Amino acid sequence: MEHGSNSDNSKSSFSLVDEDHTLANAVRFTLNQDPRVSFSGYSIPHPSENRVNIRVQTTGAPAQEVLKDACQDLMMMCQHVRSTLDKAVADYKMRNQRDADSD
Amino acid sequence: MARRDERMSEEEEETEAESMSESESESQSGGEKSKGGLDYIMSLPDVPMKLPPHVELQRTRVLCNADAPNHTDTIQYSGAFASVGVDNSFRLDHFRDKFRVEVIRYSDEDMEFDMIGVDPALANAFRRILISEVPTMAIEKVLIANNTSAIQDEVLAHRLGLIPISVDPRLFEYADGNPLNERNSIVFKLHVRCERKKHLRRTVKASDLKWLPNGSELLESENSNSSSSSKPKTYTEFTCPQDSLPEFSDNPIGFKGKLGDIIIAKLGPGEEIELEVHAVKGIGKTHAKWSPVATAWYRMLPEVVLLEEVEDEVAENLKSKCPVGVFDIEDVANGKKRLTVSQPRACTLCRECIREGEEWEKRVSLRRVKDHFIFTVESAGALPPDVLFTEAVKILETKCESVISDLS
Repeated sequence: MEHGSNSDNSKSSFSLVDEDHTLANAVRFTLNQDPRVSFSGYSIPHPSENRVNIRVQTTGAPAQEVLKDACQDLMMMCQHVRSTLDKAVADYKMRNQRDADSD
Repeated sequence: MARRDERMSEEEEETEAESMSESESESQSGGEKSKGGLDYIMSLPDVPMKLPPHVELQRTRVLCNADAPNHTDTIQYSGAFASVGVDNSFRLDHFRDKFRVEVIRYSDEDMEFDMIGVDPALANAFRRILISEVPTMAIEKVLIANNTSAIQDEVLAHRLGLIPISVDPRLFEYADGNPLNERNSIVFKLHVRCERKKHLRRTVKASDLKWLPNGSELLESENSNSSSSSKPKTYTEFTCPQDSLPEFSDNPIGFKGKLGDIIIAKLGPGEEIELEVHAVKGIGKTHAKWSPVATAWYRMLPEVVLLEEVEDEVAENLKSKCPVGVFDIEDVANGKKRLTVSQPRACTLCRECIREGEEWEKRVSLRRVKDHFIFTVESAGALPPDVLFTEAVKILETKCESVISDLS
């Protein structure tokens, strides 16, 4: 859910339900690394409510698009992490197999 | 020589700009022009491409001084170094170039690997998801028919709940309040008795739990025999036996190996336990019994740097100070001994080596590398640790996906 102004879409707060530090902190990280972002941060208004608020202020681009791009960046990073890890584990297993065979 | 370096950095910038426009042309067509301008400025010969060494040290290392750690934060803001002309914004191609994974130790139960070139925000997200959001199967309901043992019903039920079940949770659906069927639950029964005269004591282990592929054997209401025209109603609604499903037909569910040795209770002569348990899919956020990892944690790579040559008695002294054996002594020419750092990875940052006054802090610098994580994942038994980690990463991806689709 987005809370923003009707006239200026470069500043918005986003309220995500059923999310916590896990996603919010990671998204804040990618948001802050985007040159279009002038401010971003997140808060959990109450610990017993499963909700985070993410604030995005940009230098002009629509905040919603910037947040979407941040999520997109995060997804691409995850995909790269996954493929790299799979490859590293496969390499390790193969190396150990070879060592075991040569012994 | 300097001239050539500039030329090289120019070329690098150009290729980066090209790959940028390819990968992000769809998402950021608006920001393209200004970024191109930045690239041009950055490629000019008198613009520094690198941070000065002392700032680079603050950016990449946590300094563990005797009193307190320093420079513990990571610098995320894209324009943090704009005043010295260094771009700190996120580039996927840079991330891909720098990111590395090195497996240190791997077995079916646990693994240790180095994840290099990643921010703590991301590493911590993976750790949190591993502990609390990767699903497994665990015992949720215990129907106790008889329990004459010393252990109380509720304590017994709690102990049963915490037993890890070695079955791939991806083969099951969430029950979500629906009736239990062969696609969302596993049923076990436990019926043990310590026979008087035969045994003095009997230990009940997880391997005594017997899988019921046909579902529950207990009748939901025993006195409603009036409508006994059809099958009697039990606690589950299996449409077919689980062992007829292809995924379990040659791989029966049970508590094998180490998991089978988990002690549930001890019985005295004549005592008996008879019960049935229903396992369903869930996540660690709801209850720790669904957590797929015994634990998952990371630490940053320790770095021990000798700031000056340490020799002879001081070297021996420093070597003996370290409780984990980070330092070693090597013999150099004319009978001298010199201190070397042989096991920096073993350093626990106890700071024993720099505790006794400032002169020691001038000899040794203890640091941590901010973007180098030593991850350890201990699986509880449901899935191998590397699969758990890939599942965790996938879950973060789905989270991002759902935010994107919510906003569109």
